[in-house]
Amino acid sequence: MPCILDIKDLRKSYEGGFEALKGVTLEINEGEIIALLGPNGAGKTTLISTICGITSATSGEVKVAGHCIKDDFRAARRLIGLVPQEVALEPFEKVINTVRFSRGLFGKSRDEAAIEHILRRLSLWDKRNNPIKELSGGMKRRVLIAKALAHEPRVLFLDEPTAGVDVELRKDMWDIVADLKADGVTIILTTHYIEEAEAIADRVGVIAKGELLLVEEKAKLMARMGKKELEVQLTEPLAAIPAALSKYNLTQTADKTAVIYTYDTKGERTGITQLLNDIASAGLSLRDVSTRQSSLEDIFVTLVQEDAA
Amino acid sequence: MNWTAIKAIYVFEMARFFRTFLQSLISPVISTSLYFVVFGAAIGSRIDQVDGVNYGAFIVPGLIMLTVMTQAISNASFGIYFPKFIGTIYELLSAPISFLEIVLGYVGAAATKAMFIGVIIMITSFFFVDIQIQHPFAMVLFLVLTCISFALFGFIIGIWAKNFEQLQLVPLLIVTPLVFLGGSFYSISMLPPVWQTISMFNPVVYLISGFRWAFFGLEDVPVLTSLLAIGFFTALCLAAVYWIFKTGWRIRT
Ligand SMILES: Nc1ncnc2c1ncn2[C@@H]1O[C@H](COP(=O)(O)OP(=O)(O)OP(=O)(O)O)[C@@H](O)[C@H]1O
Ligand SMILES: [Mg+2]
Repeated sequence: MPCILDIKDLRKSYEGGFEALKGVTLEINEGEIIALLGPNGAGKTTLISTICGITSATSGEVKVAGHCIKDDFRAARRLIGLVPQEVALEPFEKVINTVRFSRGLFGKSRDEAAIEHILRRLSLWDKRNNPIKELSGGMKRRVLIAKALAHEPRVLFLDEPTAGVDVELRKDMWDIVADLKADGVTIILTTHYIEEAEAIADRVGVIAKGELLLVEEKAKLMARMGKKELEVQLTEPLAAIPAALSKYNLTQTADKTAVIYTYDTKGERTGITQLLNDIASAGLSLRDVSTRQSSLEDIFVTLVQEDAA
Repeated sequence: MNWTAIKAIYVFEMARFFRTFLQSLISPVISTSLYFVVFGAAIGSRIDQVDGVNYGAFIVPGLIMLTVMTQAISNASFGIYFPKFIGTIYELLSAPISFLEIVLGYVGAAATKAMFIGVIIMITSFFFVDIQIQHPFAMVLFLVLTCISFALFGFIIGIWAKNFEQLQLVPLLIVTPLVFLGGSFYSISMLPPVWQTISMFNPVVYLISGFRWAFFGLEDVPVLTSLLAIGFFTALCLAAVYWIFKTGWRIRT
């Protein structure tokens, strides 16, 4: 897949000297979905704003399908759609007019069929003639997406598209993203919800304090960083962990009826057989065993903590 | 140049105007009528004529200018301040357009609205007084130039303003006094010599004088000087806009 977005050593210092981006380098391939995770103030919005032209970079280079965002900004921006983090819409304007406006602003001639298609896809067609102030919060968010799609961009930035959105709408949003991906649109989204990245992204990037700590394919990332937990339920509650089992670093559940063993799926041996043998030798009897894969969330928390340390 | 974008901004802004068409017109029409009652009837009954022109008619060009200037400024400043205020400016900044398209769209729309209202005021005034326009082309030229230059000025204010108070400040503190002292309701020659001299520093004097010349052939200053003055003011605003464009002042962080 060709690279559609090429970010090289992008830096941004705000007035007053605060460095919000400390040299971000990232290549994004056409048609992929990349999720950027990061705590509040990590620089996710700054990164997007700089690429889209809302703030200007202090240094570094960004190319969209080969077009530099500075020297060739018209060609670059024509390819980009942006859904901002904050809902910002003209309250008294009709839905359909703001979407038409966006299309015109990006230099595309009027095309009612295209507008209808977008509004229907976002379930806004019935509301097309309502002023925006009469829409619910979730609908407003979809209007923002409709506006961003109005000029049929090839790269779509979604800055926290599901913040403050209910479960159902979040699923809707994921469907929309999947739909767009099927059309070949490249999607860069930021989120605090790791399940979101897990559910829809092909690659995951983690940003903290203006630095891209890692970018990796989601599956690989989870395999590489993934820890698994083995929960061993016992027939009798256990007052304390026997000394013979101390080398396994077991933790006990609150009700003391189970012990938890954490192991690395990357390791040569997981040590499970040994542990189960030792448990038997210690005279404990098992009721049940189960394993659990740690989520991206754990990975993310670990990474950000490591960075802070 | 992205003409489609300019058109999109222009159409969108004009739609806002037409959505509130009645409100947009009612206040200027009512205030003009009030001026006619107060200045035309009350003062006019004592002044009667200025340089051979009936006082009620004499104040018409000044009244139109007063309205057109304040409307051009408030429309343009609000037009660009509002997206900054509610955050929709992100779309202008991320669109494949330069500052030039933004200026043309917003200033064009604001100037058109001001022009619209100016014409309505003129029509209103015809109900109160009899007027012959001696130089219709010059009249239109002055009107258009004033609309454009003051819309540019308003646009700069809208970019500069950080809150609604600042948005009102310049029109209230600078423009209104300048317009009132600019000979809207009197001829500069009616003032004591000292004030006549001071008035020459008021740019609005030149505009109103030129505009009035187009109506009645009367001038406080030569009409060419008036044209030069408005040309100079427009150039000044264009230079400021160009500087904003180059530096991204108060728009792009
Ligand atoms: N206009 C600005 N002027 C000065 N500092 C800013 C500005 N915008 C953002 N910052 C700072 O830059 C840093 C990164 O902000 P940014 O909005 O990019 O974070 P984020 O990752 O999007 O956070 P969140 O998840 O809360 O949206 C923060 O410390 C913020 O205070
Ligand atoms: Mg953000």
